[in-house]
Amino acid sequence: MRDILQARAVVRAYGATPALRGVTLDVAEGEILAITGPSGCGKSTLLHCLAGIMRPDSGEVAYRGTRIDTLSEAARSRLRRTEFGVLFQFGQLVAELTAAQNVALPLLLAGTGRREARTAALAWLERFGVADVANSRPGEMSGGQQQRCAMARALVTEPRLIFADEPTGALDTLTGEQVLGQLVRVAHEQHTTVVLVTHDARVAGYADREIVLRDGAVDESGLGIALPTGRHGR
Amino acid sequence: MSAPYVLLGLLWGGPKHGYDLKHAYDRTLPRAKPLGFGQVYATLGRLERDGLVAQAGHDRAGGPDRTTFAITDAGRGDLECWVATVEPPAPHVGGVLLAKVMVALMWPDAERAVAYLAAQRKAHTDRLRELTAAKTNPAATFGDVIAADYAITHLDADLVWLRTTLARVADLHSGVHE
Repeated sequence: MRDILQARAVVRAYGATPALRGVTLDVAEGEILAITGPSGCGKSTLLHCLAGIMRPDSGEVAYRGTRIDTLSEAARSRLRRTEFGVLFQFGQLVAELTAAQNVALPLLLAGTGRREARTAALAWLERFGVADVANSRPGEMSGGQQQRCAMARALVTEPRLIFADEPTGALDTLTGEQVLGQLVRVAHEQHTTVVLVTHDARVAGYADREIVLRDGAVDESGLGIALPTGRHGR
Repeated sequence: MSAPYVLLGLLWGGPKHGYDLKHAYDRTLPRAKPLGFGQVYATLGRLERDGLVAQAGHDRAGGPDRTTFAITDAGRGDLECWVATVEPPAPHVGGVLLAKVMVALMWPDAERAVAYLAAQRKAHTDRLRELTAAKTNPAATFGDVIAADYAITHLDADLVWLRTTLARVADLHSGVHE
């Protein structure tokens, strides 16, 4: 299977604090990849660099063979609207809009007609089992319903890649599992690639493969923590 | 040993013969070690001897004679008592995993310790992924999902414990060896 996304020696710092210290990874087309690791290991920063939300300080990120880290903000934004879907822990739906309007938004921004966008939005809400809240605003929905709407919004443009940052972190276990199960099922049906950031082994269990970060670098041991040397000092 | 009580539980819903009981058992606990027909009949024999089940009839639905068993009042009482008895919480404080990790952490060769811990973690995450795939398979039965949930939750607990332990070692690395 060919790679849809490649990162090479990606480095990123916040001021003097390093967040990524040279991450190299490949993501195969259609794969569900989990990026895990302890708090502060750089996994969300990596996701932002891979999705073109943030530029690395050095290194390369390529989507289908084309570097995206060198693109302008406008070009990266266009890429996110057309090729990528992004899903965060809290759905980040627009509070003033209904579920259907939220889901239709990416299509409207991409130039799709209003009627066609609404029809597609309703179909995606139906697919995620939340058609009954199409005319409700986020404040009138449960957390699970909001996250299902956010998934519908992330997928309505039929992106090739979904970036999800702790997508079930705000949900109870069963609701989170149902939401994740739907995301994975739809991703497989659409042959959509998913890059999933999580600290939760149960969520990572839905992925085909897992990469563990430690202190901003890939930890080949998968332990996420370095055992101190010289600890056998007796 | 819970098999006799699971069989009694299955008979609570109405009389069954051994063949149906074996399949009902496998459906109820699909990830447990399967119960052989011989074990089912031997267990039914012991339950009958102890007065917890009784023969309720025979049928021959196009095959050999089959004896149907029903739970007795004594069986219901015994089953109620078993269900009502609280299982000791945290029974695994002396488990093999705990012992191995502690020994690995005391190992003079840090690289070998990391190799074991990494391999153990990978075995846990591989199994967790396998069980997640099994329970999200559209053909999974309710019993499959419940059994997979049980195993996944325990694997997850082991992984959380392992991660916490390593973090503690990183913080207080001399303490383990005192």
